[in-house]
Amino acid sequence: MSRLVVTVNGVERASEVEDRTLLADYLRDDLGLTGTKIGCDTSQCGACTVHLDGRPVKSCTVLALQADGSSVVTIEGLGAAGALHRLQEAFWARHGLQCGFCTPGMIMAAADLLEQGGLDERAIREALDGNLCRCTGYENIVRAVEEACA
Amino acid sequence: MTAQAEAVRERLVGSPVRRVEDPRLLTGAARYLDDLALPGMAHVAILRSPHAHARIRGIDVARAAAAPGVAGVFTGRDFEHLNPLPCAWQAAGTENHVVTPRALEVDRVTFTGAGVAAVVAETRAQAEDALELIEVDWETLPAVVDAERAAEAGAPQLHEAAPGNVVMDWQCGDEAATEAALANADVVVSQRLVNQRLIPTPLEPRGAAAQYEPATGRYTVWMTSQAPHVMRLLMTAFVFGIPETSMRCISPQVGGAFGSKIFLYPEYVLVAALAEKVGRPVKWVETRRENYTATTHGRDHVTYLEVGANRDGTIAALRVRTYANLGGVLSTIAPGIPTTLYGRMLSGAYRIPAIHCRVLGLYTNTGMVDAYRGAGRPEATYVVERAVDLVARELGLDPAEVRRRNFVPPDAFPYDPGILAGLSYDTGDYERALDRALELAGYAGFRAEQERARAEGRYLGIGLSSYVELCGVAPSAWIGTGGQGWGAGLWESANVRVHLTGKVVVTTGSQPHGQGHETTMAQVAADELGVPLADVTVEHSDTLGTPFGYGTYGSRSAAVGTVAVYNAVQRIKDKARRIGAHMLEANPDDVVYEDGRVFVQGSPETAKTIQEIAATAAVAYDLPPGEEPFLDDTAYYDPPNCTFPFGTHVAIVEVDAETGEVALRRYVAVDDVGRVINPMIVDGQVHGGIAQGVAQALWEGAVYDDEGQLLSSSLLEYALPKARQLPRLEVERTETPTDVNPLGVKGAGETGTIASTPAVVNAVVDALAPLGIRHLDMPLTPERVWRALSEARS
Repeated sequence: MSRLVVTVNGVERASEVEDRTLLADYLRDDLGLTGTKIGCDTSQCGACTVHLDGRPVKSCTVLALQADGSSVVTIEGLGAAGALHRLQEAFWARHGLQCGFCTPGMIMAAADLLEQGGLDERAIREALDGNLCRCTGYENIVRAVEEACA
Repeated sequence: MTAQAEAVRERLVGSPVRRVEDPRLLTGAARYLDDLALPGMAHVAILRSPHAHARIRGIDVARAAAAPGVAGVFTGRDFEHLNPLPCAWQAAGTENHVVTPRALEVDRVTFTGAGVAAVVAETRAQAEDALELIEVDWETLPAVVDAERAAEAGAPQLHEAAPGNVVMDWQCGDEAATEAALANADVVVSQRLVNQRLIPTPLEPRGAAAQYEPATGRYTVWMTSQAPHVMRLLMTAFVFGIPETSMRCISPQVGGAFGSKIFLYPEYVLVAALAEKVGRPVKWVETRRENYTATTHGRDHVTYLEVGANRDGTIAALRVRTYANLGGVLSTIAPGIPTTLYGRMLSGAYRIPAIHCRVLGLYTNTGMVDAYRGAGRPEATYVVERAVDLVARELGLDPAEVRRRNFVPPDAFPYDPGILAGLSYDTGDYERALDRALELAGYAGFRAEQERARAEGRYLGIGLSSYVELCGVAPSAWIGTGGQGWGAGLWESANVRVHLTGKVVVTTGSQPHGQGHETTMAQVAADELGVPLADVTVEHSDTLGTPFGYGTYGSRSAAVGTVAVYNAVQRIKDKARRIGAHMLEANPDDVVYEDGRVFVQGSPETAKTIQEIAATAAVAYDLPPGEEPFLDDTAYYDPPNCTFPFGTHVAIVEVDAETGEVALRRYVAVDDVGRVINPMIVDGQVHGGIAQGVAQALWEGAVYDDEGQLLSSSLLEYALPKARQLPRLEVERTETPTDVNPLGVKGAGETGTIASTPAVVNAVVDALAPLGIRHLDMPLTPERVWRALSEARS
């Protein structure tokens, strides 16, 4: 067990964690932030995407202890019902989600694109390469990100 | 009339209403199975067979039982008192040789991934650690993974109860008439088609959690299920042998399913039994590798087709013989998929005078195969749409023209294709959808562009798929035991209550897992009652508090489940009219219900609102004589027929002649799903379906080696489509309401998957036609296309 101090969604959290604990499991099991999803064992699906010091990472591929001293933002920290982030608003308006399981990771990955700005449809498709969706055929996800980028 | 009343009157049905379920999904607040944490909950990990075919000589769990955090280790011997899982849909009119899984297998396994032992521990990690300490004494046996090989004499035999590995030998149609028509046809084209095995891959893996109360003998089981009511029935009455009322089943938020979460799985039974054994709540969630080996797969047909046609392109006969690979044991409705939902749809959108289909279902040492999005209908559409293109090619005719010449014409409905066991296609205008799709795709100008590209050494191709499919699966008497062999009914139910405050609660027996029932059912209820959408709440997915329903699959929740909502609302309105008339001191025969108000015909200025009537009904101070309090009614809807959506999809591809890579340049879909409740949701269903069908054509395929090891056992090896591989999808609709139900809706969940696969394959074959390539089997990966190109050139 090791001591972990990490700022999650703006709140400093101090915990004792097993060294092998993945960041995704720490967020879900220790902090109860279950908005971050786990959809595969091999870092393909991207459902677990969170921001680590402002950059999107697949939290199933980061040890919790690697986030020691860092700042993490999860889907719960992006917006809330009634005060949605503009990406969440765009996903809602454009029907960019169906079952919703890939959605938190997809939105966290796309949030990084907004920072980059000025992306066209092709560039958005390329940029979302690390996130899988099985419901939407990506059509409305791409449209939602385009709308939020505009 | 006030502006507010005007706003209420705006029709919700037909509008792209934003989904009411989305805020919780967008913010990470929705609770899926794995997000559940019960007080004192332990975690389950399952030891799975590494062998495709083996006997279990013995299992030593001593070391695992002593491992840190372990609360118990269990094998199949611990659950021998539980029955094997039921097979609820056996092929009709023929003998079925049924072998189904148990909670844990006891002495033999027939596929890699079959569960043989389980550990319960304080944490998931401890449970997985302990799995490695279980020692199984295996005796491996020869395996067979291919259905055609499994049918051969001398093939390894999987089950004593299934001689020759045969699950069933089923047929439909007229064998003699087909033989005669083929003999008399101007041309007969034959082709072997492989419809490869697919892995459904919802992004949320499967899981279950359970708790048991010894004082009452009651189980509560949470599960990732498309059909919680059916799960409860199957688990209690068929596996545990206990009253149905001693179990509550709940599907929390479910993260996609595509058919794979319809079925009763061994793990659901296991988790419920373990909760009782260890005396505390337990949870199990599969890893993606488990999802790939132990959750059902789809398709896996090898088909030999012969299609006979006249010189003018009219089809005279279709003969189909299919080997359907059903895996190592049977999943819940496995035999029904390649029979009723496949063979009976082989007429497609066409008048085909003679059809005969024979299907041999086989056991092999592979994972279970059952319904996957479309379920039998994609396989049938693939056969029919490839056959039409083969005929066009053989006769040198335009594939669009061949389709046109064979279409069931608009004035022929209801149309009995002769092999639907008494059902008829409801409504349709197939040519209208074809014409619109061709127009959108620029079909008329495409051939010239294709010629120019060919002159430059570029291979462009265009492919069509004009499909018809069967939705809203029911009616009970047709599908059931005396008909198509389904072991129950297939009606749906809905309860509607208008509370004292005027707020409306709809409970449904169907089970959304991405489709948006909370929105579309509310749209229908709000429109019919004349109340704002925000006043209607839709509750579902818990056997406590919802009426029995068979669940969501087969595109049946609009055409069956939502019609039950509509019917329940009509009953509420009837009662509201009686109470409203009483409040108005009028004769019930003289009042009407319009836009949420009851008034005497011609006197809308003196009206009682549904909210006023609901309050009057709820407090019950002054009701008409003999009238019961409260506005509350339940409807059970069993449709008189299935519904038959249709349309035409067009794919335009370019094949890279050097690498064999296929690029999907454009994709045009014109679907007709009847009346549309929410066009935004229907478009989304079509988009997702197209992506899955395109992926079958080009990328996806489950691959087993000869020993029965699943080589595509993770998302590393199984090629799920990505955003960059797909073009903008160009989706339009025609709208031909069904006359089967009062809403006019047909169903939209599977059309995209059903239509798109042959459109893409037809396009690739069209692109490569100058090289003499007449057919290629899926998936059309760069390697497969490159090899075909190399062979054709040499």
